[in-house]
Amino acid sequence: MNVSRRIVLHFPPNITGQPVVYRLVKDFGLTFNILKASVSPGQEGLLVMELSGKQENYDKGIQYLTETGVEIQSLSQDVVRDESRCTHCGACITICPAEAFFLEPKTREVLFDHNKCVVCGLCVKACPPRAMILYF
Amino acid sequence: MAKTIAEINEKIRKGKAVVVTAEEVINIAKEKGVSRAAEEIDVVTTGTFSPMCGSGAFFNVGHSRPRIKLGGGKVYLNDVPVYTGTAAVDIFLGATALPDDDPRNKFYPGEFNYGGGHVIEELVAGKDIILTATAFGTDCYPRKKLETLINIKDINEAILFNLRNAYQNYNVAVNISNKVIYTYMGVLKPNLGNADYSTAGQLSPLLNDPYYKTIGVGTKIFLGGGIGYVAWHGTQHNPTALRGDNGVPRRGAGTLAVIGDLKQMKPEWLVGTSMLGYGCTLTVGIGVPIPILSEEILRYTTVSDAGILAPVVDYSEAYPQMKPDILGEVSCAELKSGFIKIQGKDVPTASLSSYPKAMEIASILKKWIEKGEFLLTEPVAPLPGVESGITFKPLKERPIVE
Repeated sequence: MNVSRRIVLHFPPNITGQPVVYRLVKDFGLTFNILKASVSPGQEGLLVMELSGKQENYDKGIQYLTETGVEIQSLSQDVVRDESRCTHCGACITICPAEAFFLEPKTREVLFDHNKCVVCGLCVKACPPRAMILYF
Repeated sequence: MAKTIAEINEKIRKGKAVVVTAEEVINIAKEKGVSRAAEEIDVVTTGTFSPMCGSGAFFNVGHSRPRIKLGGGKVYLNDVPVYTGTAAVDIFLGATALPDDDPRNKFYPGEFNYGGGHVIEELVAGKDIILTATAFGTDCYPRKKLETLINIKDINEAILFNLRNAYQNYNVAVNISNKVIYTYMGVLKPNLGNADYSTAGQLSPLLNDPYYKTIGVGTKIFLGGGIGYVAWHGTQHNPTALRGDNGVPRRGAGTLAVIGDLKQMKPEWLVGTSMLGYGCTLTVGIGVPIPILSEEILRYTTVSDAGILAPVVDYSEAYPQMKPDILGEVSCAELKSGFIKIQGKDVPTASLSSYPKAMEIASILKKWIEKGEFLLTEPVAPLPGVESGITFKPLKERPIVE
């Protein structure tokens, strides 16, 4: 069975020099899609990615990451919309690089397709009423 | 068929007034013809919900014991500075005011997460607000320091007084430079990456009464979820702006100054707003009823998005440098299609004004009138029209010679 999950990896400063993602591909046959990365030598690193592969390989990969000292969080509720603050103006629509926001043609309400979201966070600060919230 | 406002009010009182929104009237007039529609319809309701920087509120917070003269002192509401250059305990909070310690654009682009507009929203929501004040002390107002919580329900007056709202038409903002810019029209991506507009289009109050034939000083309106009034024409009111054959301005034209008791307004219609790299403001909900006094008035309300043209302005150079150049004109219908063509390029569009919320406002106002809860007012003075010759002037700088 194949699985595909979005995860947030926190790297302690001492392992940012290791080719962790390469090992995931080579040793466990997993595929990855990096959504966001912030890695600087000697500092804690952050990597947001979608990791896919066979369930058993995925589990082994996660086990490997944990053993290496990487802290893993799942990313099921990453960027969310506070419905009570959204005014349905639409300022987010052209800001989002993943086209996760679109208009309901009849009512012109702004809809947010969470599955398309790549967690870049651009909408968070561009939203005038600050309705978009980034959770890690 | 001419009707009077008094006659319409009589029908409203009896619950017999025919009220439709500025969106509904378009098809009704198409089906029945303007003449019959004008006979049958009594009121057309409009709406707009958009960031409006020319907003603010006056408060009289009451006198402390011993008294303090806030006038001429320094006063903050939740760390946001207010204007004190008026009577002893009257203060004015502007929507764009920022806390002294906000980094502004020092870390570019600044986030502007909290300002005057947010304080207004929280006050209206009934939240306690921290008032801190320092004053110089006088014989009759000896106190020099005050720190207290205040609540909108306890203070004497809280009056929303917006000097410029409900712009009749507005620029479509684009960026032709090669770097991203942060403006009051949102984040504009380089090389015509996007186009931001801000109008309720066919629902917009002043676009449905382009020559201000019914909207005037004293017109009762929906303001911030409660009742308000048109106080005056707004600042920068520019009735002589270029107009199309249908009378609808093709540039920013008329504006409204509006006033109302903040205590009866609702936070969902006065929303604190942050424009990345630009500042704070307040998103304001306004709805204006248009009494159908004649066929001519009805015809104006049938304006549709296709008949509203707006100028496309470059905000990287033309706008900041006060150059009059525009990159073309597009209709509201084109803007709403999701793409406009500029210099041969398909540019994706986004709105800063909420059409669904504008629609909701027009519908709420319609319901109020249908239920007989909202009567129309006769304007006590007209807004300056085309005949006034009033134009929107730039600042003419003059050297100061000692």
